Amino acid sequence: MPCVYIPRSMIEFTDGVEVVEVAGSNLGQVIDNLEQRFPGIKARLCQNDGIRPGLMVSVAGSIATLGLLQRTGADAEIHFLPAIGGG
Amino acid sequence: MSRKRIVTLTINGDQVELLCEPRQTLLEVLRDTLEMTGTKEGCSNGNCGACTVVMDGRPVVSCLVLAVEAEGAEIRTIEGVARGSHLDEVQSAFLEGAALQCGICTPGFILQTECLLAENPSPTEDEIRFYLAGNLCRCTGYDKIVRAVQVAAEKRQLAKS
Amino acid sequence: MATVNNPKQNPKYKVIGTRPVRHDGADKVTGRAKYGADIKLTGMLYGAMLRSPHAHARIVSIDTSKAEALPGVRAVATSADLPEQGDRVVELGEGSANMRHLSANILAREKVLYKGHAIAAVAADNIHIAEEAVKLIAVQYELLPPVLDVRKAMEDDAPILNDDIRTESVGSAPPGNDSKPTNIAKHFVFEKGDLAAGFAAADVIVEREFDTSMVHQGYIEPHNATVLWNTDGKITVWLSTQGSFSARQQTAELLKVPISSVKVIPTEIGGGFGGKISVYLPPVAAVLSKKSGRPVKLIMSRTSVFEATGPTPGSHMRVKLGATKDGKLVAGEAWIAFEAGAYTGSPIGAACMCIFACYDLPNGRVEGFDVCVNKPRTNAYRAPGSTHVAFATETLVDEICRQIGMDPADFRLKNAAKEGVRRVDGPVYARVGMVETIEAIKNSEHYKTPLEGKYRGRGIATGFWFNCGLKSAASATVNPDGTVSLMEGSTDIGGSRTGIAMQLAEALGIRAEEVTPTVGDTDSVGYCDVTGGSRVTFATGIAAIEAAKDIQRQLVDRAAMLWEVEPSQVSYHAGAVHGPEGKTLSFKEMADKLHATGGAVIGRGTSSAANQAGAFGTHCVDVEVDPELGKVQILRYTAAQDAGTAIHPSYVEGQIQGGVVQGIGWALNEEYWYDERGDMRNSTYLDYRMPTCYDVPMIDTIIVEVPDPQHPYGVRGVGEVPICPPPAAIANAIYDAIGVRMHQLPMSPPRLLSEILKKPQ
Repeated sequence: MPCVYIPRSMIEFTDGVEVVEVAGSNLGQVIDNLEQRFPGIKARLCQNDGIRPGLMVSVAGSIATLGLLQRTGADAEIHFLPAIGGG
Repeated sequence: MSRKRIVTLTINGDQVELLCEPRQTLLEVLRDTLEMTGTKEGCSNGNCGACTVVMDGRPVVSCLVLAVEAEGAEIRTIEGVARGSHLDEVQSAFLEGAALQCGICTPGFILQTECLLAENPSPTEDEIRFYLAGNLCRCTGYDKIVRAVQVAAEKRQLAKS
Repeated sequence: MATVNNPKQNPKYKVIGTRPVRHDGADKVTGRAKYGADIKLTGMLYGAMLRSPHAHARIVSIDTSKAEALPGVRAVATSADLPEQGDRVVELGEGSANMRHLSANILAREKVLYKGHAIAAVAADNIHIAEEAVKLIAVQYELLPPVLDVRKAMEDDAPILNDDIRTESVGSAPPGNDSKPTNIAKHFVFEKGDLAAGFAAADVIVEREFDTSMVHQGYIEPHNATVLWNTDGKITVWLSTQGSFSARQQTAELLKVPISSVKVIPTEIGGGFGGKISVYLPPVAAVLSKKSGRPVKLIMSRTSVFEATGPTPGSHMRVKLGATKDGKLVAGEAWIAFEAGAYTGSPIGAACMCIFACYDLPNGRVEGFDVCVNKPRTNAYRAPGSTHVAFATETLVDEICRQIGMDPADFRLKNAAKEGVRRVDGPVYARVGMVETIEAIKNSEHYKTPLEGKYRGRGIATGFWFNCGLKSAASATVNPDGTVSLMEGSTDIGGSRTGIAMQLAEALGIRAEEVTPTVGDTDSVGYCDVTGGSRVTFATGIAAIEAAKDIQRQLVDRAAMLWEVEPSQVSYHAGAVHGPEGKTLSFKEMADKLHATGGAVIGRGTSSAANQAGAFGTHCVDVEVDPELGKVQILRYTAAQDAGTAIHPSYVEGQIQGGVVQGIGWALNEEYWYDERGDMRNSTYLDYRMPTCYDVPMIDTIIVEVPDPQHPYGVRGVGEVPICPPPAAIANAIYDAIGVRMHQLPMSPPRLLSEILKKPQ
């Protein structure tokens, strides 16, 4: 099952739990399932129909390029990071 | 605004007559009046060398030369370096040596190099670097430019002999 | 002396690894290449900008009437001509932007926040009239105190730049105070492990404070834009840009017009390095064009480029590292404040993620702040944020090595980031090549040659950058003579169109010279993200390879038709189609038969899923210090970098050499020198001192190849990493030379001399 590393600033939603196993075959499903267990967290991660601007998501070590449609494999680690750009 | 002046000069071997305002630089007149945009503008105050042209045999920064000062002068610009449809040794050496990345400083470097090799056909690395120190490049780190000048110098010497 | 190590020509490849002359070469060495300032259109007007003389002020009134009345003036624009943006944050491809701030940055609204901040623009028959008209615009200001130091700007009583900014917390940072405006726009905290336990286990701990100055990318071509707002509402922008599609989106958003009404035609670009991603001129030129009914060209002066584009932040950092006596890093802690400039958006996030990225650090905590100050809004500069933090970390590593008596290369090998190592910000590394770059330096002739002479010293340092994947598209048409016309959308800063053409050629089994690459405009090619993030050879290369595969599939179908067999019986490899009974037709032969078999063959490809694992470089530098002048001479420089697979080695070397020399300038001379009024006093190339060719020696490069499995040929981006190690490597060399530790950038002669004089003789 994919495992989500909860950003520390959102730990209040998970009552202090830092790493959560959440089912879902893509990022959208994972976040929806996360919201089911920890209501309110989705609004911090998403805006309109995508990832909140300013955030980027690392799935299994790679930056997700398909937003909520990004596939999340069986043991994928999911991290939410500040969006970075190159020069 | 002052009346325009007629300036007559030779550019790349051709006689040119043009109208310009006294406040216009040679760079501006080349680029905007004559539409010879090969000479580039990088800083407008003589510090980067992108606007280098050869004036009466000497390299000058054309952003600091008034067009009226070029009356009667012989000017060589990047457009006059190639021999017909063949690149000269400096141009080929720059290309084969990958001595350019964005290419904006390249015309200035080529002309400065032409002047260097005319003065000093077999320059040492130190002499090359000193002579080209007035031309800024931000992309290449200068390594391949210096090597290209060395190659061009050698080729030109070989061609002469 | 030169020991450039060329990767051996890989027998797998015919084109990759060779050094063809670039396809745009003839134009570039004859002056024919058209850069933005070279564009001339019928009826074109020339624009000039009015910029703020004050670092911080409220705009009380703007009176443009005298300017408008000057003969030859055709239009004047102020922020009143740009639509209100409200509180919109828009995703712009390589990060998001607050649209209100972006709009105010290109034409100031209620306040000016830095000297040089654009206030108004004039379009006139020639540049001289435009500049005269600018002087006739009367602005009334209410002066406000400027704040120019990042730590002062964080204090409670600091002058506030933006009333709408509240601290945004990221990572473990506690929520910010929502009630009052602040200059602290972002607060990051990343944590890993148990910091206290980590430091408790350390035998040696070093903690230092560092300061770096604002520096500029220094591209020789100033920003320019020529815009025509046509009578049919279509807006065409000829632009020097690192990303036509991003520029299109920014321009459309700032003007609040549909994206489809904006077309961006990228002109040849004279350098970018991250500084030509944000747009400054197109919306202003567009407004002037709409008002005048003529095309308008705007070119920034060099002074404006320094004062009003996007330099990289200055910073203050406090970094602490702990290690055991046998050289194992056990804990790292950092506090970093970056100057955001007038509006939020410095690369502080990346800096926090890079600071310990070279090492397997079991316990770490990084805290970072994005802080507004009255300087231009900072922007990306080649591996943004990474050079700053490398300066700090790599200096501390050097100190630790000396304290425990360990060779600095061995220390790095012992603690190196590698596959499976988890960064402090969370993600785990895939296959990366840091170890290989350290070994390359360790085994280099440079490192093995002892350095002799007084006041001479040697230093090494390592740097890291993520490198991006993002999205690219390409299409390729087969010509009847067996050549291919390739259309791609990545503006070419450094020769990339050739590298992409080479990958297509390799995939099809033809020569690089048989591909004609063109960089298209936003109407001619599919979406391409910016030329930045070291992504073009990687991602646009993948798109070109996909286009090649698409061509192969179509050629297989055509051959099957010709041979009257099933496509499944035909395959493409080694530059030809192969069918049953040994039938074969070369690519060229097939090309000749296209008209007869159904017409054009057009291949298309995109790249979107592929991403890069990150790139490392390790550098070694020898310096000589003049103890009476504080001047540092670079004697010898070797840079080892992991390029995955070098497509065109000359351009890989070129990226490394160029980045190194920028890093040398950053280390030794470059800085924004501000007075107390907030005036940048050195805004010309004379006093903003970038390296000339007389200042540096040959830069030797060692291309290490640890292929990245996400690219068909193993490419890793190389553009950015080379700028990260130089300041630290040079600082370490200076210490080796004269026993003085520098914690400030630049390590310019006055600063170094002052430290030298402090030392007891």
